[in-house]
Amino acid sequence: MTRALAVVGALAAWTIICLLNARAEFVNPVLLPTPWAVAEVGLTSARSGELGRHVLTSLGRVAEGFGIAAVAALALGLLTALCVPLRLMLEPVIEFVRPIPPLAFLPMFLVWFGLGEASKVAFIGYTTFFPMFVAIAASVLRVDVMLLRAAASLGASRADLIRRVVIPASLPGIVVALRVGFGLALFVIVGAEFMGADAGLGNLIMEGRTFFNPAQIVMGALVLGILGSLINALLLAAERRLLSAQP
Amino acid sequence: MTTRIHVQRVSKAFGADGRSAPVLVDVDLEVPEHELLCILGPSGCGKSTLLNIIAGFIAPTSGRVLVDGAPVTGPGAERGVVFQEYVLFPWLTVAGNVEFGLVLKGTPAAERRRITTRYLELVGLAAHAEKFPVQLSGGMKQRVAIARALANEPAIVLMDEPFGALDAQTRETLQDELSRIQRLEHKTILFVTHSIREAVYLADRVLVMTSAPGRIKRVFDIKLPEVRDRFAREFTDYESEITRVVKEEVAKVHE
Repeated sequence: MTRALAVVGALAAWTIICLLNARAEFVNPVLLPTPWAVAEVGLTSARSGELGRHVLTSLGRVAEGFGIAAVAALALGLLTALCVPLRLMLEPVIEFVRPIPPLAFLPMFLVWFGLGEASKVAFIGYTTFFPMFVAIAASVLRVDVMLLRAAASLGASRADLIRRVVIPASLPGIVVALRVGFGLALFVIVGAEFMGADAGLGNLIMEGRTFFNPAQIVMGALVLGILGSLINALLLAAERRLLSAQP
Repeated sequence: MTTRIHVQRVSKAFGADGRSAPVLVDVDLEVPEHELLCILGPSGCGKSTLLNIIAGFIAPTSGRVLVDGAPVTGPGAERGVVFQEYVLFPWLTVAGNVEFGLVLKGTPAAERRRITTRYLELVGLAAHAEKFPVQLSGGMKQRVAIARALANEPAIVLMDEPFGALDAQTRETLQDELSRIQRLEHKTILFVTHSIREAVYLADRVLVMTSAPGRIKRVFDIKLPEVRDRFAREFTDYESEITRVVKEEVAKVHE
């Protein structure tokens, strides 16, 4: 109820600003698309199937890049947390690479992987890998040593400890890391599609700029917002179900 | 009677060089089968450290521990442990916690259920089998931890101040239960506590340690009936005698 009100309120504010601007012309009204202009562009695009194609292309890239990064982050996160020499070797490298904004490497990905799908997928994978990897390794390292002692004195072998204690105990942290990583993938897909893409929401937005169609730019951004909040709500619900038994 | 646990000249020191902070010095101890031995001592005397060494969680600086003649090199299923902070697996139900060791051993499901039910009944928690640890009180959690240790059928149970975090009422109830369980199960139990009353109530022998670095100061044989009365004259006599010995050590800490 409150949420619906907030949405209506935001739309109303947007409309009022547009109407005021149409009279006073603070900026050229062409630069400030009205809600109905945006809706019209969206409907036309949706009817022709263009919008669906862009959305599916972007989501496909996000799923692929995120999927690869998630598997790698899980495997390496566990391994790094459990193997002390590996951790000591990797830590300084990761601490150096991590603060570099991923976008700084985007041109490098285009050089390496070309203008096609591979560069987008690889870029999303690269961007989402580090935060997920670091968070997963941290949640594995946080597993209470007392739980390991309790299991070991019940007869657990090293493999048992990993399978029956380390993984379930760090599961809440792992799930949060994956959710944050997925959100991040949606975040950076636009950047990846700004350069050398023939489809995807980033491409749709860039096309709006090229053909001077502000309504299309806003429409692309709004679709991303809606997709992002829907997917986040879904992931949150899945997380709650999965962890319902946990404190 | 056969010796179950044999502690041979065990010393332990912490600190960077492994000698700067001695915690235990030359502890020799034999625990026969079926005995409940309580270890008492002022805080920091190394009683928990001794238990952790016997459990195999930490290695002694020198000396060794034999269990049934074989040297201890790490934790093992024949030495069950009950911790002060319960340490239940929060992602498993009460029943899941109790059958944890049986799952590791590959016990068939029907057999597992039978054993789990038996031990949950023993600690009075049969009705709570499907609950998760977060839903339980401290006393209930510790009952689950005891059932979990016993269901694995260890010959030895090591208990590290298991009732230390509980309120006085719950504490006495659990002492009664442990005493009753021991009369049925006849385990070899090492029980660390700082409550003299608790030690006299439960133990066949009480071992008093010196203040840090810990050595064995005195061992008392408690010659009381199996079912004990906390207000009986003989009981309070033991209590005051042991209190006197412990106080000498506590006083040293404050000197």
